[in-house]
Amino acid sequence: MTAPVQAAPEGSATTDSALVLEVRGLSKSFTVGSIGRRRRVRALNGVDLRLERGEVLGLVGESGSGKTTFARALAFLDSPTGGEIWLEGVRQPLQPTPRDLHRYRSRVQMIFQDPYASLDRLHTVYRTLSQPLRSFRIAPASQTRAACAELLESVGLVPATDFLDRYPHELSGGQRQRVGIARALAARPALILADEPTSMLDVSIRLTIMNLLLDLQQGRALSLIFITHDLAGANYVSDRIAILYAGHLLEIGPASALMHDPYHPYTQLLRKAAPDPQGGFRRGERFDASGEPPDLTELAPGCPFVPRCPQARAACHPHLPAWRELGGQHRVRCVLYD
Amino acid sequence: MSLLLEIAGLTVGYGAGPTAVLAVQDVDLAVHTGEVVGIAGESGCGKSTLALAATGLLDPPGRVLQGGVRYAGQDLLRLPPAALRHVRLRQIAMVFQASMNVLNPVLRIRDQFLDAMQAHGITSRREAVERTQAVFELVKVPARFLDAYPHQLSGGMRQRTVIALSLVLEPRLIFMDEPTTALDVVVQRAILQSVNDLRVQRDFAVVFITHDLSLLIEIADRIAIMYAGYLVEEASGPELYQQPLHPYTQALMQAFPPLGAVRSRLQGIPGQPPDLRQLPPGCPFAARCGKVRQGTCDTVRPAMTIVTPGHRVACHLYPVSTEGGKQA
Repeated sequence: MTAPVQAAPEGSATTDSALVLEVRGLSKSFTVGSIGRRRRVRALNGVDLRLERGEVLGLVGESGSGKTTFARALAFLDSPTGGEIWLEGVRQPLQPTPRDLHRYRSRVQMIFQDPYASLDRLHTVYRTLSQPLRSFRIAPASQTRAACAELLESVGLVPATDFLDRYPHELSGGQRQRVGIARALAARPALILADEPTSMLDVSIRLTIMNLLLDLQQGRALSLIFITHDLAGANYVSDRIAILYAGHLLEIGPASALMHDPYHPYTQLLRKAAPDPQGGFRRGERFDASGEPPDLTELAPGCPFVPRCPQARAACHPHLPAWRELGGQHRVRCVLYD
Repeated sequence: MSLLLEIAGLTVGYGAGPTAVLAVQDVDLAVHTGEVVGIAGESGCGKSTLALAATGLLDPPGRVLQGGVRYAGQDLLRLPPAALRHVRLRQIAMVFQASMNVLNPVLRIRDQFLDAMQAHGITSRREAVERTQAVFELVKVPARFLDAYPHQLSGGMRQRTVIALSLVLEPRLIFMDEPTTALDVVVQRAILQSVNDLRVQRDFAVVFITHDLSLLIEIADRIAIMYAGYLVEEASGPELYQQPLHPYTQALMQAFPPLGAVRSRLQGIPGQPPDLRQLPPGCPFAARCGKVRQGTCDTVRPAMTIVTPGHRVACHLYPVSTEGGKQA
């Protein structure tokens, strides 16, 4: 990575008590391939983010953009290979001990994409929910059942007694995802990472799950990172939106600014590609979507979007563009706005 | 535009006897040459079963209990297997969501195309190769991928390859069941655009099945909405967009967060589709409907009624006219 890249876009103080999370230069690479053909996949490259208490950040990107890698690195499911993670003003070790992890996970919880795979099919709902309650000492043993029931009610599974002793296969996809949300809430975290929590659900159920997340987030002053490839969904739930491409953040700003006035050519492409039923019939509208996200083992030094960018020029190639301030917390990383 | 496929009074069940689940009930649907018909509905509404039954691909325990499917005048469901196989792919092709499972993982893409054509009577290797290259160009997959194995292709590329395979014998009708659901928005959009371009060039009809009504609004000439096995509304794309009549259709239209407008809370559709094993006696949507009329909706199953020419709906809010319910 070349020099101008890492100029932290958001200053460097972390003592701000309103900040729940600050991530600086977060990177994650994997080694793939068999002996003799090993290659590095740089899935996440120097991501900087700050999240305030009670804020919802939408992280938007296509498959392979690194958005799930980001969530898993942030949840220490896969340890990051570089950068800093500060949680509530405390810097976290990148190689945490089990004890560090336990403390961290009492504050940061995750909701997974696939409600069919993320619940243990041999565990009842009660068992799934009681585990974090016990592990994080949220409720004494005598009150675990009542606490589980309360969690179920908070995610709209009522009457809770109908659900406590059920197994995942007895639940619909939407109900399973609600159990997944209840499990994340059980630890009473400050921050929830929701990785595509609605993408496996029917369109008709997505909105109710997004509404539930918003209700919970507002009622509990939770911070939420909502990871998705759906720009409209991100706009619906988020205060701010960040655009991730090939492991790099390309644009970040208030949701309304990104939707109404996207600056980066990639954000503009995403905006145009999103179905927009309220926008009426667009059958005649042409749309240039040539190319696919780049091979992360062979990333050139410049802007990662160059091979697909209709406005690419010489200045895009030598190194990653620096962040440009557009005002009102809106920033973009593109040479067009020098 | 002439009539290509006609589904009439089709009822499909899984299992037999009193425990049978009716996945599709009394569905009428017509597809004309060169048009895009969209079918939208939630998981379990019967849309995929309808597609399987209409293409003669339904496996036991699924069974067509009533009604029929006519393709270009012949009764598809009573064709002998050999004749049906001839119609499939040559005349009617299918594209499914899980494209990974359609392609043979141990054969190069090129060989799969040649096999398919050989099985359908194109014995000249030269013609087969030319056709393969032509469809690859159409779906915008570089020809070098012909020598690749399926796992070497990205998801979008694979889906394009499957679409290319469905086109190679120049069918007149293609069923696409959630062909882009597993893909990213940008790739999805690009594929839809290619399909539409191809349709114009090659003049085939498409039945496009999805749970995402917002896609259909952009691509379909006509849209049919299914719920709990029933077809509850059908209209032209623009008409359905501007004037959805069934409360379920209206709720589906409201279920998308808008891209541009000022943000406000939207309501999803409360509740869940009914259990098909215990379908309530009245309208299947009654339990979730904001406009439900107790005493009618929960007891009497609404009949399909034509509201304006080309727009029909099965809902008690729109009483059956005395003119009778002939389809336009």
